Amino acid sequence: MAAYVVRRVVMMVGLLFVLTVAVFFLFTLLPGDPARLTCGKACSPQIIEANRHRLGYDQPILTQYEEFLSGLVVGRTYSADSPDPIVCNAPCLGYSFTRHEQVLTLITAAAPTTFWLATGAFIMWISAGISLGIFAALNHGRWPDRLVMGISLVGYSLPSFFIGLVLIFFVILKLNWLPFPAYVSPFDNPFQFLQTMILPWIVLAVLNTAFYMRLTRNQVLETFNEDFVRTARAKGLPERTVVIKHALRAGLTPLVTAAGMDLAALLGGAIITESIFSLPGLGALAVSSVLESDLPLITGITLVTSAIIIVANLVVDLLYAVIDPRVRLA
Amino acid sequence: MTTPDRPAEQPFLEIKDLSVAFPTEDGLVRAVEGVSLSIERGRTLAIVGESGSGKSVTAQAIMGLIDRKVAKVTGEIWLDGQELIGLPANELQALRGGKVAMIFQDPMSSLHPFYRVGDQITEAINAHRSMRAKAARAIALEMLRRVGIPAADRRIDDYPHQLSGGMRQRVMIAMALINAPELLIADEPTTALDVTVQAQILELIASLQGEFGITVIMITHDLGIVADVADDVAVMYGGRIVEVASTGVLYAQPEMPYTLGLLSSIPRMDRELSARLEPIPGNPPSPIQLPPGCVFQPRCTYSDRVAGGTCLNVRPDLLETAPGHLVRCHLPAEERRQISQGVLNVLAGGS
Repeated sequence: MAAYVVRRVVMMVGLLFVLTVAVFFLFTLLPGDPARLTCGKACSPQIIEANRHRLGYDQPILTQYEEFLSGLVVGRTYSADSPDPIVCNAPCLGYSFTRHEQVLTLITAAAPTTFWLATGAFIMWISAGISLGIFAALNHGRWPDRLVMGISLVGYSLPSFFIGLVLIFFVILKLNWLPFPAYVSPFDNPFQFLQTMILPWIVLAVLNTAFYMRLTRNQVLETFNEDFVRTARAKGLPERTVVIKHALRAGLTPLVTAAGMDLAALLGGAIITESIFSLPGLGALAVSSVLESDLPLITGITLVTSAIIIVANLVVDLLYAVIDPRVRLA
Repeated sequence: MTTPDRPAEQPFLEIKDLSVAFPTEDGLVRAVEGVSLSIERGRTLAIVGESGSGKSVTAQAIMGLIDRKVAKVTGEIWLDGQELIGLPANELQALRGGKVAMIFQDPMSSLHPFYRVGDQITEAINAHRSMRAKAARAIALEMLRRVGIPAADRRIDDYPHQLSGGMRQRVMIAMALINAPELLIADEPTTALDVTVQAQILELIASLQGEFGITVIMITHDLGIVADVADDVAVMYGGRIVEVASTGVLYAQPEMPYTLGLLSSIPRMDRELSARLEPIPGNPPSPIQLPPGCVFQPRCTYSDRVAGGTCLNVRPDLLETAPGHLVRCHLPAEERRQISQGVLNVLAGGS
């Protein structure tokens, strides 16, 4: 088990390194001149050149990558030879010259919003999806099953921007049940936090609930046909024990993988939902960084969200090994 | 043991006119139809038939494992003077794993992959009697030793995937016997195992049967293993019993053409190499659209010997041809015996 963990962690570090290479070169080699973009209105070739030097874009690309990488580890200083150098502390993901702020600072400012959005929605869809899925499976073929599957189909086919706009229109504008969303930290004003987050949570949860209802139902139905469930019945165990300890334990285990990866993907920002509800999260930050062609910020966000996925993948695999004894030897 | 409501001559297990039907979208699947059987205490009955003949469904009906929401079960199953069909769910549950136990075909998928084998066995103990964890573990360990698991004190904490197929089936047997059942149903217990292990498992079942005085129903498609283990044999085809006899009689004087076909298709060491295996032509009937006459008629080589298309149109009854020997066939008894001896002579001809 220990060797397995060590092997996986080493692999993860390697993967993260490959990720920096891919992301850095992908975005640096894109067409567009960052020196010109930060130049402003009264722009002359001299200013562009000066900017290029100040941002470090006059260096060969490998040197740029080297500085980027060392910045991650020990931090870096932009335009050290000028009178007002810009210091970027380690781990330095870059410096946004559009916003005059370290990329890491921008990301850490946006991350809590996305974190609360993702975890709240996650709890909602996992509890609703799994319980409704089990309910449908236990009533397989009868009307509760058909009802749940019908709801799932509807939830599945509604795009999140549509649900979001409909909810804003009715709940906020027409019925005035909720004030217009304005994000605050749950530690500052929990009530306003809930008022703001409830609709985005619902929007994110609907699609995933639909998916998890279906997944859970099919998983559980499949395990009901397993031989070991029949063995459990043949032992004379009460039906409750057969269902919970034998069928559900085995049937719900594969959901760990799906749930972990879905949560990780959301932690990288929910672009549409954040935009609709004007939540200042990672998704919204990513959108505006693209619109502003803020290259260091785009690179930083991409790197962080990809790293979240890679780490989540490891966590899910380790968790799976704890749940399923067959994985341990692998 | 003679009581007014339970005469002494009543067998330990008696099945009367058992039928199991599953309604499906394609029509009613008549998996088992009109099966009647009886077994005396301590004996072994083999139920033989190919896939879809209804033998496993019969076994599951005895265990009360057929979901009554899904299937229609009619008839009577008397176990030791108690009628099982229509028994409340909690009473059936008390019987399962207690008085009646079952082992299954595939020992890999029949054990839960997430729990240690020892825990799976103690779970079976606790389902029927309350006992301290330590005592239950001691009993489980003793039973694992009894079914021949080497280093049982270490194996008890293994997960199923850490054991070989034969070892897993031993664990299944230990689990089935842990509450001292009176009836053991073994549903193809050796089909998924290597041939060498098959013999060991059959031997184990036979020796434990002697030791504990258990009545055994052995379900199999393999007539080759029946001769070694069974006292009586019931041959099933298309959801029906087509022949019942004691094992010796069934091998020496089979009368139903289907039984003959099964016997001809067993590879035998004492047969000459040039003698070819004779497969039974055709396929088993669909349980949704059974032939209107004899269910075996479409594959029977001898049905044209019965005049007037009787085999095609009339369901034969299971009739006694000799004491304890029942056959479901329209052919006259004399002719059946002639055919049978002819076929057996050809089979033995090589030696």
